[in-house]
Amino acid sequence: MSIEVKNVRFAYSRGKTVLDDISFQIPDGEFVCLLGPNGVGKSTLFKCILRLLTGYSGEIFISGVDSGSLSAKELSRRVAYIPQSAAAIFNYTVKDTVLMGTTATVDGLHSPGKREELCADQALELLNIQDLKDRMFTRISGGERQLVLIARALAQQARILLMDEPTANLDYGNQLRVLEKIKALSQNGYTVLQSTHNPEQAFWYADRVLAVHGGKLIADGAPEKVMDSALLKTLYQIDVSIESLHGGKAHVCLPKKLLS
Amino acid sequence: MSLNRKKSIPLLVFMFLLLLVTAVFSLLIGRFDISIRECFGILLSKIFPIEPYWTKVQNNMLTLVRLPRIVIAILVGSSLAVAGTSYQCIFRNPMCAPDILGASTGAAFGASLAILLGKSNMTITIWAFLSSMVCVLLVLFFSRLCRGNQILNLILAGIMVGSIFSAGNSYIKMIADPNNTLPAITYWLMGSLSGADTKKMSYIWIPLLIGMVPIFLLRWKINILTLDDDEAKTMGINTRLTRTVVILAATLLTAASVSVSGIIGWVGLVMPHIARKLVGDDCRILIPASALIGGIFLLLVDDLARNLYTIELPLGILTSLIGAPFFLYLMIRRRE
Repeated sequence: MSIEVKNVRFAYSRGKTVLDDISFQIPDGEFVCLLGPNGVGKSTLFKCILRLLTGYSGEIFISGVDSGSLSAKELSRRVAYIPQSAAAIFNYTVKDTVLMGTTATVDGLHSPGKREELCADQALELLNIQDLKDRMFTRISGGERQLVLIARALAQQARILLMDEPTANLDYGNQLRVLEKIKALSQNGYTVLQSTHNPEQAFWYADRVLAVHGGKLIADGAPEKVMDSALLKTLYQIDVSIESLHGGKAHVCLPKKLLS
Repeated sequence: MSLNRKKSIPLLVFMFLLLLVTAVFSLLIGRFDISIRECFGILLSKIFPIEPYWTKVQNNMLTLVRLPRIVIAILVGSSLAVAGTSYQCIFRNPMCAPDILGASTGAAFGASLAILLGKSNMTITIWAFLSSMVCVLLVLFFSRLCRGNQILNLILAGIMVGSIFSAGNSYIKMIADPNNTLPAITYWLMGSLSGADTKKMSYIWIPLLIGMVPIFLLRWKINILTLDDDEAKTMGINTRLTRTVVILAATLLTAASVSVSGIIGWVGLVMPHIARKLVGDDCRILIPASALIGGIFLLLVDDLARNLYTIELPLGILTSLIGAPFFLYLMIRRRE
């Protein structure tokens, strides 16, 4: 499924404009990283796509359908949201947490049945975390929790995954493990839009980078093409040098101070 | 501790059997002797023609005094516990209880006013209920007016509105006649099931059923409401509608309970926590478990209230004496 965002503007009441004429299109199965400093409106953009905020002007199409014409239930079958993993207030098993994703497919007042249980099991298997099934969500590691939240989104049967800094709270190893799983999903046809604070993640995993600054989209394209020291300087006010390794296979960002 | 769902079903069945045993035990105890044989005989004679081998007094004692009281104790205990569990989930706050929305304080105000004006028992019940609903609607209204964190607003509005109603209560107590109405009001505010009779039993199940059914039907969705509001919405749930239905249903449970029993504190906070310890937080199991545990608890406490001394103890005093220390124990153990 594709996302098309067309001339979207958004301002919180009495506040300044957060999103100023943002337009982009993401085709099926693309892994896109959204870069931008804190408070630039990355989360606001997500909320507009998820219709948690409706006061925007412009249009958002999900697979060519105006998102405003979809019911909350219909939208949830197309777009799933994966938050940063946070400790839950109440204690559910991993299986029940994933099962919650199937809610949109359950009619009215019913509880999930056999079909939904199967769907949750498949989501766990796809991410290879079926061993966690009976563990409590609050008792597993941060990286495992993030994978469970992704499994929950898969159980929702949406093909578009919006991830708000999914690796922000994870240790180094878990960051890479989670990103590899996300990458594999996009290769299986899932469309992924992920916001991140780490430009190297975009180099290593993303097909494409969107950079937002001052409410405007200032870069859009393949990471190797659009990500340069000038862009990172604009986004983060820091001087970095981008080094190409292994004959252009990989790129790393290094602080210029370190090199001088 | 938590069990998975399959293992929880036998536990629920066990709790249900325990509730039945407790109910029969409660029918047998009291200052007036009724044997188990007489007890079953009297109960079965309502359905089958059985030649009485018991006295008329025993029959009346059992069916007009103990039975309604036991039925109402179970209903009130279950309702308060289910209301507490529901509030905790939808406000995403394990410290929530029926008192948070001012439901109990509101009911107390209506009842005191009716007692002060010398109204009949039936009118006291209706006024308690109406005043409780007004209090809750005011809390919901004010919390919606404010911006920011809705859950915090709701709790703060609950405290403020509750405080206004409790000021009203204090004023009523001050002007009440110290020889008759004041003791009645005070006794009512302490909570008691001594007024439980067949008449109350004949109508109280109606509002309780109306409150209980939506919560049982929505119990899976209540799980989703424990998530962050935005997350729940992206899963295709109408969070506002679902939350409103659950609040209204839980408030109906509280108001109707308080209207027959007076204020019984702690049941709505402590019973849900015991249920959580036993079966975990999945509402599909937790809500039935809360209902059963709440019923068993209030029934046992009421047995104490009517049998411990020759005079009857107010139920609210006992539930506080048992509930508060137990809750402290839960809190301390949780930290370890």
